Amino acid sequence: MSTAGLYVPPRSRRAVLHRLPAGAKLLGLVLAVGAVVAAANAAVALAAAASAALLHPLCGVGVRPALRTLRALAPFLAAIALFQWLAGDWPSAARVCGQLVAAALLAGLVTASTRVSEMLDLFERLARPLARFGANPRRVALVLALTVRCIPLVASAWRTSREAYVARGLRGRPHVMVVPVIVGLLRSADALGEALTARGID
Amino acid sequence: MTLRLERVSHAYDGRAVLRGVDLELSEHRIGVIGANGSGKSTLARTLNGLVLPDSGRVLVDGLDTRRHAREIRRRVGFVFSDASAQIVMPTVAEDVAIGLRRSGLSAAERSARVEAVLQRHGLAGHRDHPAHLLSGGQRQMLALASVLVTEPQVLVCDEPTTLLDLRNTAVIEETLGALPQQVVLLTHNLDSLAGFDRVLVMDEGRVVFDGAPAEAVAHYTSLMRPEARGSRPGDGAAGAEGGAGTPPPAPGGGLRR
Repeated sequence: MSTAGLYVPPRSRRAVLHRLPAGAKLLGLVLAVGAVVAAANAAVALAAAASAALLHPLCGVGVRPALRTLRALAPFLAAIALFQWLAGDWPSAARVCGQLVAAALLAGLVTASTRVSEMLDLFERLARPLARFGANPRRVALVLALTVRCIPLVASAWRTSREAYVARGLRGRPHVMVVPVIVGLLRSADALGEALTARGID
Repeated sequence: MTLRLERVSHAYDGRAVLRGVDLELSEHRIGVIGANGSGKSTLARTLNGLVLPDSGRVLVDGLDTRRHAREIRRRVGFVFSDASAQIVMPTVAEDVAIGLRRSGLSAAERSARVEAVLQRHGLAGHRDHPAHLLSGGQRQMLALASVLVTEPQVLVCDEPTTLLDLRNTAVIEETLGALPQQVVLLTHNLDSLAGFDRVLVMDEGRVVFDGAPAEAVAHYTSLMRPEARGSRPGDGAAGAEGGAGTPPPAPGGGLRR
């Protein structure tokens, strides 16, 4: 099951990022990605991507989260690079791909070094001004937390449906699994809602 | 604490699942047994306001579940049979902690209470572990710990061992048995009821027996004999009850959920 996007406990004393507050990390992320995009330079973008990859082991997160991010991005990068190269030139392709990789790796670094509960506290604080317009900051933060929680839930629903499909000797036509997956997810959502109510987190 | 049900009736899509139940529960250990679809889960869900009865009322320490749901949920914790459905946060410690966000406790107090609960239930070594990657037994222990961290006065457990193997079933039952809280346990594991103060047997939305464990089990077993259920095809049929909601039993017999 995928654990992409989840917190990675610190693996060494060098885990400086883990000790930084979530707000500082998010601000740093916005500034760093903004700078790379504003530079609009292939060499800068590629250097930023390489630095972001290097930061993973240096910050005690390990290389696995970086590899996972790169693996997930690979097909999109290939398509974007091909399009940019055909429509423009190779430096443009390198710049766009470098910017994307740098942004994804830096964002992954923040996610891997920050507990969801810290993010929850941060978003609750950030969403406080929305209370003037009738929004409940706690609920806004909870929705974000539930979004992260639902990643393994969706993966599990898909795997369960696929196993049932294969166990019945069926092959191909993966689209027929869409309905059972959606039904499974709706049931899970129903159960999760009931559990939230039962635990007084509604 | 006293949980009182007064002429409680409830139906799903016109099919009655609770029929005029009158009960007063104040014993330390209360068991509820009955066939799938007998109304156990709906009865349990009325106790902390997850289900509001169509008629009648449920009082928890004198508070009506219709009007004091939030207060009642602080006093009555609920454990589901499918622990996965109860996990809200990605990691073990975070899931235990989220129930305390509205407790009014300081961050340090919350952290200390979470740590104590994790230690007590053998989860301290998994505090940063992704909750969905725990084993079935650990997940159910996490679900239990997540409820106990809020220190409810009553714990309602809807078949908490249904999805577990024998070893984990024993661990969960041992944990429940050692709790200082009042416990209402819904179960199909009749052996686990030994030592309980009171056991209710439910059938077709009614409490048909209310008494000591041994007599209750004997009564339930007699209900499950083929001659006793001859007129009700489907009673006691295999199938998993529990999970999230309490959907209505299949009309006209057949497997019941």
